[in-house]
Order: sequence, then structure tokens, then C-alpha cells
Amino acid sequence: MVTSDQIILVPLLPFIAFAVNLLAGRWLKHRAAWLSVAASTIACFIAIPVCWAVFQGNHFANQGTWLMLGQTPLKFGYVMDPLSSSLLFMVTIVGTLIQIYAMGYMHGDPRYSRFFAYVSLFMSAMLTLSISDNYLLFFMSWEIMGLCSYLLIGFYFEKDSAAKAGFKAFLTTRVGDVGFLIGFLTLFSAIGTLNFSEMNALMANAHHAGAPLHAGLLSLAALLIFCGTIGKSAQFPLHVWLPDAMEGPTPVSALIHAATMVAAGVFLVARSFSLFMIVPNVLPVVTVIGTITAFMAAFIALTQTDIKRILAYSTISQLGYMVTALGLSGLGAGTFHLITHAFFKALLFMAAGSVIHGTHVQDIREMGGLFKKMPHTATTFIIASLALAGIPPLSGFWSKDEILLSAFASGHKIVFMILLLTAFMTAFYMFRLIFLTFFGQPRNLKVHAHESPAVMTAPLWALAFGSIVIGFPGSPFMHHWFQKFMAHMVHHPEYEPSAFVMACSVAAAVCGISLAGVIYLKKIRWAQKTAETFSFLYRLSLNKCYFDELYSRCIVKPFQSLGRFLFGFDARIVDGAVNGTGHATLFISAVKGWIDKYIVDGLVNFTGTLTHFLNSIVKRLQTGFVQNYLLIVFIGILVFLVWELKII
Amino acid sequence: MIIPLAHILIFSLLLFATGLYGVLVRRNIIGILISIELMLNAANINLIAFSKSTSLSPETGQIFAIFVLAIAATTAAVGLAIVLALYRVRKTVYTDEVHLLKW
Repeated sequence: MVTSDQIILVPLLPFIAFAVNLLAGRWLKHRAAWLSVAASTIACFIAIPVCWAVFQGNHFANQGTWLMLGQTPLKFGYVMDPLSSSLLFMVTIVGTLIQIYAMGYMHGDPRYSRFFAYVSLFMSAMLTLSISDNYLLFFMSWEIMGLCSYLLIGFYFEKDSAAKAGFKAFLTTRVGDVGFLIGFLTLFSAIGTLNFSEMNALMANAHHAGAPLHAGLLSLAALLIFCGTIGKSAQFPLHVWLPDAMEGPTPVSALIHAATMVAAGVFLVARSFSLFMIVPNVLPVVTVIGTITAFMAAFIALTQTDIKRILAYSTISQLGYMVTALGLSGLGAGTFHLITHAFFKALLFMAAGSVIHGTHVQDIREMGGLFKKMPHTATTFIIASLALAGIPPLSGFWSKDEILLSAFASGHKIVFMILLLTAFMTAFYMFRLIFLTFFGQPRNLKVHAHESPAVMTAPLWALAFGSIVIGFPGSPFMHHWFQKFMAHMVHHPEYEPSAFVMACSVAAAVCGISLAGVIYLKKIRWAQKTAETFSFLYRLSLNKCYFDELYSRCIVKPFQSLGRFLFGFDARIVDGAVNGTGHATLFISAVKGWIDKYIVDGLVNFTGTLTHFLNSIVKRLQTGFVQNYLLIVFIGILVFLVWELKII
Repeated sequence: MIIPLAHILIFSLLLFATGLYGVLVRRNIIGILISIELMLNAANINLIAFSKSTSLSPETGQIFAIFVLAIAATTAAVGLAIVLALYRVRKTVYTDEVHLLKW
């Protein structure tokens, strides 16, 4: 019988796997993977019944006091509400499948056990984050995930670019993380608690009473917390790290940089949703950031040629969708897209990894005609792409439709148009990728593709199944069960389904796919002609909107000069002061040494010399002849007698 | 006839002075020991003489003298033993050749 308290085993088991793999990985070798996969699978089997109970309408929470801050207790605990159970459900399933896949993908790697140790640590942190019931625990696991991300992006640290990418990811997300930290501390000072449930209750009371607590302080807290989302979920303007993060092994890209960790940023907004709802002037900021991100990333993805980079920009774009949905008060829509996206984007990355594994190239211009050689990979990839493009009845359609509906029904027509355009571009770039990779003629004859082993294709099919069916709980077939389920959390507006929005969404997807098919299967010259006609836009997209150059010029270079200046300051002035102190000490020591040697020692030596001199006089009395002594005694007695008896 | 006390005292003084001289100038330790015996005997004569001329019971002084003789014998035995031991170690009985305590 699974009780709710056993849920703490879910993050604990992967952590044990991490500890064992880290300490004993050298002896475990390839068995390390079995340990991690086993831990993850058991966690999955523990988590799913609990999640199921929550889906039935139950609610579990437990907490204990960790420490006292003055009079305020700091409590740690878990909470199983609709939001955390959905995420837990997704993370355990996707995470386990990806680890099974990684057993095949990482086979023969010299740091095999270390890879699984890191992945287990990541799983542990992600699961803790899912079920944590307060901001502090949330932030801790958030930071551990950041560390794992850094370690795993730089996993092939022999490669300079991988090491730099890890560095970039860590520093860029740090900017957001600092905001998040300050944000929840601000929140703590404003409402005196970090617990999500208590915060929700406070916000609900404030909402009903109609009097906001400290509107300014709460707005600031919400904005700063959103900074964490911008960093972690790679939103504009901090999105630059995610494409570079593709230097890591592909299972990592699938697990961390597509399915789970980057979704944590969205999850953070969803968790703090009651806060965002009560300070409505922050939500437009969220919407704008999300929309810009969705559009810009899709625009960049149009011209990229690296298979993983296209998927990375696609991830950024879809995260932008989720953030937009949350900004439009669509908690259900955003969370729903988070879950469905995790399934099909993990599948896309794993299939892309399978392609890379089979061909050893990453540039889609060198691929082509792979469908026949890799049927399983290609089929699952196409299923996932259809889901991403939003073709009914695959999962992506339902969730994307919900987001478009939020934009349409809340009256943000511009946002709706941009999102629709983005949906069109999404379909276009995904099918550009598919047609270039799997269809047509092989363009590089040196590439000898082969299908990946079953340990890799089996998880692909499992996720493909998930990508197809996971959308149904939010579809009209199940009466929008998921959205109603989420509505238990925080009150937010619900919209009537609109046939118009669905039609637009499908039309955009079909247009994108058809256009890609026409251009890349029939009229490949059109692509070049378009690029020449709109050469400015083409170069803007190809060079990723020049963000890296801009940041390099405006932020990295000034910081480096500042660093050099400070180094010079350190070398000349600080070191000079230290060295000057050293020289001064040496000089004073020389003077003191002289005083010690000639004055203090002189006195001591003088005493010694004087004693020696006096001794040389007095010692003559000790002749060693016994008669001398007797004579002295005799004379002494005589003197005594004469003196005492007054004879003379 | 009665010998006046002064004569006896002068005699014992001479004897004591002879012993003292012997102690101070002899190099041979045996000679020194003999000279010490002379000094002891001079003291004995004094004891007897004073006892005879002043005390109501002259035996007191004589008995005292016999005690001194006995003790002198024991000191002589101890002294000679020391001399023998010294001779075994240093192969000499001359005091100027034994100056361990010299500066």
C-alpha cells in the first residue's frame, strides 16, 4: 500500500543512486546505468499511484519545522496538489525513458558512470522541486539543477566549446537566479511566509477583501521571481545559453534542456500564480516577454542547420508559448503545454540523438534520405513533429490551441496573431528539418547511417505513444478535464472553446508543412531565392538576431576590461601594499635584530664575562692540597681565638 | 715529687705543635696520620693533667683519656683504610699528587 508520505522516496532514490554512482562508479562501470535507471523506475512506480490519487481529487501535504528564524518557523515539506502531481507524473515517466535511452546512447563513453551520477542528481533535484511546498526548498533544488546543467553541458570538457557553453549557461542563468532569490526574499518580507499553500490562502483572502497587502512590494517580488523564469526557461533576453547548451550529450539535451529543467521556470510562474494574479500589472510584462521569445526563437530556427540547434530554438519558442499563456492568466493552458511539450520535445531530441548516433553528423545539409535506413527513428520523429506543429489529434494541438484560445478570448489580438504566425513558422522549420533529414537523396555519401539499438528505439516509441495520447485529458473529448483540474489550484478565467481558433491553428500548421514540403522536396531553388530577396531578414535569422555579438560587445567585453583593470589594480596597488608591508617589516626586523644582537646579547655576555673574570681570581683558593685547607682552618681558628678572646 | 701543672701544659703544647707541624708539612699521608695521633695524645695529656690538679676525683680525666685512645684507634683504622684504598686507585700516598679538588 502506497501512502502519501512515501512520496519523499521519489527524490531520495535517485539521490542514493547519485551518491553510489559518484563514490563507487569506478567499480560499477556499465552497471552504474542500471542503478540509476532502477532508482528512477522505482521512483516512477511510487509516484504514479500518488499522482493518480491526486487526479482523483485528493490532496496530500506534510511538513516539518526545519529551523526557527526568530519567532518564524521555517518549514520544509511536500505538497501534492494538481500542479505538482502533473509535473511529477511527467518528470518521472520522461526521465526514466530518457535514462533508458541514455544507456544505449552513452554506451562506451569513458565517463559513463559519472554521466549517470549527474543525471541521477538532476532527477533528484527536479523531483524535489516538483513536490516542494516552499520557495526555499524550491530554490535549493533549482540551484542543484543549475549545477547539473553546468556539469552536463560541459560533460565533454575536452572540447573547448563545450566547456565554454557550460560556463555561459551557468553565468546566464545566474543572472535570473539572483533575481529569483531576491524576489522570494522580498515576498517573505512582504507576507512573512515562503509556503505556497499559505501564500495562496493569503492571496485569496486579499483578493476577496479587495485590499492588496503591499501592492508595490508584491509587484517587485513577482517581477524578480519572473527573472528566475527568464533565466531558467531561456526567455528573451536571457535565452542565449540554451542553444549553446546543445554541446552536452543528447540525452541531457532531451532531459534537462527540453523536457524538465527549462520547464521549471514555467512551473515557477505557475506555482506563484496566485501572486501574479493579485498584482495584475506584472502579467502584461510576462505576456510580452513570452510572445517576443516565442516569435524570435521560431524566426531564428528557420535558418539554422544544426539539428540540435533547431530543436533548441524550437524549445525556446515553445517555452515562450507557455510563458505567454501564463501571462494571459491561462494557468491550465500553460501547464498543459508544459506537460505535452515535455513528451514530444524529449522525443524529438532523442530521435535527433538517434540520428546523430547513426550518422555521426549534426548538420542537416549533410543528411538526407535517412527514412529508409532509420525507420523507427524517422517515424517517431515525424509523430513528435506533427505534435509540435499542432496537427490534431496529437497532444501538441490541444495544448497549443488552449494557448491560442487564451490569447484570442482575452482580447489580445496582436498576441494572437503573433502566436499564430509563430505556429506557422514552427510547422515550417520542423518540416524543413524532416524533409532535409529523412527524405530526398543522401547528400553526403560518406555518411553511413544505421538504425540505433532497441534500448534507444523502445523509449522513442514509448514517448511517441505518450505524445499522441497525453493531450486527451485536456481535449474536448474528456471535457477539458485537465484545465478544470488545474482550476482547483487558483481561480483564473476560463474560456469557451472556439472553432475559429482551432481552424486557424490547424490552417497555420498545414500551411507551414505544405510550404516546407514544396520548397524542400520540389523547388529547392526557392529557398535560395527567398534568402537573396530578403537578405537582411535571412542574415538576421542566420546570425541568431546578433544577440551573442550584442552581449559580447555590451556586457562581456566591458566586464573583461573591468576585470583587467581590477587585476591591474590588484597587481600594482594591493600587491604593492602587501609587498611594501613586507619590505617595511624586513627593515624593522633588521633594526631589531641589531638591537638584540649588540645591546641585549651584549648585556648578557657582559654579565658572563664579568663572572668569568671574578672567578679566575677567586678560584686560586682551591689549590687541591689538603694541607692548604688545613692551614687555612688553623689560621682561621687562630684569628677567631685572638679576635674572640681579646688576647692581643 | 709533683710536677707543676705549667710544665705539663708546656710539654703537651710542644707535643701538639709538633703534631700540627707534621700535619701541615708532611707529604706522606701515613706521616700525617701519625702527626694526628701526636695531637690527640697531647690533648690526652692535658685531660689527665687538668683532672689531677683540679678535680676531686682524678680518675675522671684518665677514663676520658682511655676513651679518646679507643676512638683514636678507630680513626686510625678508618684513616689507614682510606690510605690503602687511595693507594690502590692512585698508586701514591703523597698528598701533593692527589689534588682532585683543585680549580
